[in-house]
Amino acid sequence: MTVRTRMHLAAHFPGVNSTTVWTDPRSKSQIDFASFEHLARTAERGLFDFFFLAEGLRPREYKGRIHDLDVVGRPESITVLNALAAVTERLGLAATVDATFNEPYELARRLATLDHLSGGRAAWNVVTSSDAFTGENFRRGGFLDRADRYARAAEFVATARDLWDSWTPEGVARPFAHQGRHFDIAGEFGLPRSPQGQPVVIQAGDSDEGREFAAATADVVFTRRGTLDAGREFYADVKGRLATYGRSPEDLKIMPGVTVVLGDTAADARERAAEIRHRQVSPQNALLALERIWGVDLSSYDPDGPLPDIDPEPAPALARGRVRVADPLAVAERWRALSRAKGLSIRQTVIEASGRQSFVGTPETVAAELDEFVTAGAADGFILVPHLTPGGLDEFVDRVVPLLQERGAFRTEYTGTTLRSHLGLPEPVWKG
Amino acid sequence: MTAPHGRGLLHLAAALDQQAAFDAASYVGPAQLAERGGLDFVTLGDTFARPGPDALAVLSRVAPATRRIGLVPTVTTTHTEPFHVQAAVATLDWVSRGRAGWQLDVSTTEGEARLFGRRHAAPADALWREAGEIAEVAARLWDSWEDDAEIRDEATGRFVDRDKLHHVDFQGATFFVKGPSIVPRPPQGHPVRVVDATEGPARRVAARHADVALVRVVGPAHARAVRAELRDAAAKFGRDADTLRVLGSLVVDLGDGERAAEPGHGGGGPRQTAQGPLYRGGPVDLAELIAAWHASEAVDGFHLTPVEPHRDLERLVNGTVALLQHRGLFRTFYPGSTLREHLGLARPANQYAVTGGAS
Repeated sequence: MTVRTRMHLAAHFPGVNSTTVWTDPRSKSQIDFASFEHLARTAERGLFDFFFLAEGLRPREYKGRIHDLDVVGRPESITVLNALAAVTERLGLAATVDATFNEPYELARRLATLDHLSGGRAAWNVVTSSDAFTGENFRRGGFLDRADRYARAAEFVATARDLWDSWTPEGVARPFAHQGRHFDIAGEFGLPRSPQGQPVVIQAGDSDEGREFAAATADVVFTRRGTLDAGREFYADVKGRLATYGRSPEDLKIMPGVTVVLGDTAADARERAAEIRHRQVSPQNALLALERIWGVDLSSYDPDGPLPDIDPEPAPALARGRVRVADPLAVAERWRALSRAKGLSIRQTVIEASGRQSFVGTPETVAAELDEFVTAGAADGFILVPHLTPGGLDEFVDRVVPLLQERGAFRTEYTGTTLRSHLGLPEPVWKG
Repeated sequence: MTAPHGRGLLHLAAALDQQAAFDAASYVGPAQLAERGGLDFVTLGDTFARPGPDALAVLSRVAPATRRIGLVPTVTTTHTEPFHVQAAVATLDWVSRGRAGWQLDVSTTEGEARLFGRRHAAPADALWREAGEIAEVAARLWDSWEDDAEIRDEATGRFVDRDKLHHVDFQGATFFVKGPSIVPRPPQGHPVRVVDATEGPARRVAARHADVALVRVVGPAHARAVRAELRDAAAKFGRDADTLRVLGSLVVDLGDGERAAEPGHGGGGPRQTAQGPLYRGGPVDLAELIAAWHASEAVDGFHLTPVEPHRDLERLVNGTVALLQHRGLFRTFYPGSTLREHLGLARPANQYAVTGGAS
């Protein structure tokens, strides 16, 4: 039997976006611990590499009011993951934590604690905040421009790693001192080296800056899933950048975020996918999606009627706390053309034009496509984003994982206890 | 259980603090033991100044391994972000289903300040004033979501009723927080706030914001005086003094014997040491001391820190607590499920819902 490349799988707990179909009767609490426990236990039952939580620092606002159409509110990530460490044994536990509104000593300590308490299963997804909107909740306030926040994040990660390495492998604390542009700190770190050496570092890496940052520092890159060709381009590009930093291609795992819709037949799966899209894009969400492009109040429009014939405002500023549309005029023209060509209403156009499910099919075809993505060199694995909380991965684990295992494309048991061992990452060399 | 002679229920808590323990098992076992004894809560101290894991993280890890006992980590307020702190404490309440507390403390040393490099050490007075503001903003952020804010109204497409989420716009001396919180209102409304009120600068914060005040004193007369002062001060802040529990804090060395006859043990009650008031004696004598202080209304209960964590906690639960239960002075089961219920404290009304304050 030939040695197959085995894929890595992670589970995202969905929320605070329009992915989650919260109107589904099977949709449970987004905040009760039972929901987190269910999804994490499902992921561990499926032998996933890790469980992944996003972060929120301020509820989004729109037109100066709280955005109320999608899931709002979530618990604090590291605290939830520490609790999940009690009800799982092997599953990696990944927290998204902002490097703009935290300080290295405290965050490195909290992550090292999670790594110790979980026996070496912690990961940190490093993100940055750009906006003064989020800063209004923090002492450091204000905001950093793009270059500065990446510089701060890079210095933050390097400092955290120095802290994690500051005790000797024999468990003796040694003083550290870090003096840089963003941080000037000194003392002794509170914890010894953790059971997997250091927590795993995850980053998003779609932009050029993100790719370079990831190649320099990350263990896992979280990316958007595109076509097979786009995936191969991204994969080759990022892996190609590693040598510059003295790293080999195996040192960085590339994992796009994907959604999966299953059916007993291809037609059944397509029907379910269409139903999910329909529920994700409510009439209110359809108008909102349009307003985000047009930059003006469109609440008087009928979501079942035609698109507006007015042009978008060049610099829309209705939304705060989320990404803006880069070129509204071009998007509007594309959407109007689509609407005209197919005779679609506003809501139908938004459904047709905006994000769709990544993998739709029978368990057999989905397993084959996932496998192909990995064997073709477009990814090392996937972060699955379910549509339903918390049961959204039950079917995948029950029906697709066994098929992946039959193909030799996924593990049949955990061979190690730490997240690094699941990911096939070496324990970092102690840089005394 | 009824409260004899008009006294309130006896409340008991124990510290889980240990030297150089970084693994979960070192904390889970003792917490489960304390729960078998029906204690109100366990505490875990914390400071950035010495080695040890993050206390709130440890008690989050303990939460699913226990069912009833309250979980009270120390979280300092000097170098941390108020918004992060309140979110973490609220989340501990969510993962423990209403058993979270928070012992507030400040960081006064330059050594701690150097770990952050953001501000220099400051006098305790100023830091406790700030801690009071952080207690205040935390309560506002916990209230920034009304309990029924999540509506899931499919007809209008709304997940939440935005009129039930509130900006807090809190301006403190050293920070501003806009709000609302990202975490929905926790199960207890407000997790239980604990303050060590022994020192002057902390006492005012305890009187104003704490649900539980700890006092490190060696005698019942002193305890009674501090308790009366705290209750008076609480009333002056417009609180009902009966919503403040005052616990005597003792370090306990329960030695090897049942009674205080062993060499080096017993006699004369607690005495002052560098670690705080130390009680040294047998589990039976400790039960008598607890019963006597409580009967004379010197305290509402005790917070006990074992000198030898495993030995003394075991003796405390199986000796002292068992005896108090046998005498009908302490609960033998938890009638409620939240820490507030153990303490006999009501779930606070939401300040925004009550006033109808605009977002």
